[in-house]
Amino acid sequence: MITSFAFLIASVLFILGIKLLASPKTARRGNLIAGLGMVIALLAVLPQLHGSHGEGVSLWKWLLIFVGILLGLVVGAAGAYKVKMTAMPQMVALFNGAGGGAAALVAAIEFAHLTQKSSLVFVISMLCAAMIGAVSLSGSIIAFFKLEGHFDKPVTYPAQQMLNGLLFVVSLLLALAMAAGSHSMVLMCLFLVIALALGVLMVMPIGGADMPVVISLLNSFTGLAVAADGFAIDNVAMIIAGTLVGSSGTILTLAMCQAMNRPVTNVLFSAFGKVDATASAAAAATGSVKSVQADEAALLLGMAGRVVIVPGYGLAVAQAQHQVRQLADELAKKGVEVSFAIHPVAGRMPGHMNVLLAEADVPYEQLIEMETINPEMEHVDVCLVIGANDVVNPAAHEDKSSPIYGMPIIEAEKAGTVIVMKRSMGKGFAGIENALFLRDNCRMLFGDAKASLQELVTLVKAG
Amino acid sequence: MTVEMLIFVIFVLSVFLGFELISKVPSMLHTPLMSGTNAIHGIILLGGMLALAEADGFMQSAAGFAAVVLGSANVFGGFMVTDRMLQMFKRKK
Repeated sequence: MITSFAFLIASVLFILGIKLLASPKTARRGNLIAGLGMVIALLAVLPQLHGSHGEGVSLWKWLLIFVGILLGLVVGAAGAYKVKMTAMPQMVALFNGAGGGAAALVAAIEFAHLTQKSSLVFVISMLCAAMIGAVSLSGSIIAFFKLEGHFDKPVTYPAQQMLNGLLFVVSLLLALAMAAGSHSMVLMCLFLVIALALGVLMVMPIGGADMPVVISLLNSFTGLAVAADGFAIDNVAMIIAGTLVGSSGTILTLAMCQAMNRPVTNVLFSAFGKVDATASAAAAATGSVKSVQADEAALLLGMAGRVVIVPGYGLAVAQAQHQVRQLADELAKKGVEVSFAIHPVAGRMPGHMNVLLAEADVPYEQLIEMETINPEMEHVDVCLVIGANDVVNPAAHEDKSSPIYGMPIIEAEKAGTVIVMKRSMGKGFAGIENALFLRDNCRMLFGDAKASLQELVTLVKAG
Repeated sequence: MTVEMLIFVIFVLSVFLGFELISKVPSMLHTPLMSGTNAIHGIILLGGMLALAEADGFMQSAAGFAAVVLGSANVFGGFMVTDRMLQMFKRKK
């Protein structure tokens, strides 16, 4: 009774937590409130623990449980506090994979305790939890490696759909056999292995640029697996929390796709980035690249009335968020109006750039969303693009053959002068050419973003 | 209403609640929100604890122990990493 009541309170706190997380002012409180709910749920489950025949839990089991929690706590805390802000998405992927793996393991253990009298509903939810959890585990690990830059180009192979379909049918047959009463652990292990393979095969063909969407989707998968486990072991808190994550995660995934103006099916099944590289390259190859030196760039910036900075992942990689804030401050001292234009999917995750700039103490008021800045872009004197590429690529408006055609972009090309800070003429994450760099009003400032920004700061200060 | 039915009702209501909760979220909060909900499904730690408690024999105990470690990493790491992200959203005074 007390346990049920505690689970109810925990569920309410989760709901409140998610609600508060959805607004900038209350987000941190929301996270803490959800955390409080988790602590309550964890304490409440302790009296519920029992052995396989309903007896009390043996001393060494208690020991195992607490050592396990402690170990996870240490590993999780180390990961959470050691990781660089740029590697945040990878970390979320790993934590999500851990949850998926745990869900699959719990389902497998419960399966081993099935009796012939067990209700079919429980067997089916167990199988769902095992399947979805395992897919989420292996999929998250692949997503992690793709974000780390390993095999980040889409991997395709012949008869891809056929193989996936075949594996899915086999796992379905295995599930049928197990649901029909064959409670063999060999079948269960085979089932898990196939599910793991499916997770790998599902994520491999998707390009690195789309990993945020994949992680968000796998996040909602894990939520569903947890809910299914909750059904199987009759735990209401797990059902509510898992389902909330499953459904809110689905909405979040769709919102991310919307920000890129692509249907979710297109993200998951089209092997993005492999298409049409030649077509857009041909369309882009007119005009020439004009480079600029730092002193001239500093002059342009210092004389401008209004400057808009478009930060991209290149800025994050160079760890130059502090330098860019210094530059903004120096320009502001000279009376230049400075703002940052944030593309919804700049960086490796939606909102990633906001987190990074917030880390460097860039005030909120200077961060402007894409929809707000675009109509004003014509009145901007200098647009400084730092390590961003695809999000300012005019091909999204002009080139129907481009894989990013239709994606909303920051219309940097409308500004009086565009200065693009870039390491080299390499392609962006989507692997396509950028016609912006060849425009008449565009100047390229080549070099490491951090070093160049430092130089600009000194020059603006002196000039 | 049977217990199974009641649980099913809870499930369906939770689905709709999840949809409603985050219908209008500014894109700058997408990453923290994903991370925060990621921590919430760390409640699988409860399942891991229950499963480990009733595990028989070495294999099941090992699997249960792994589930507890993974679940614990998910829940604690998840909340901490989200808090670290959100800490940076402080306003400059």
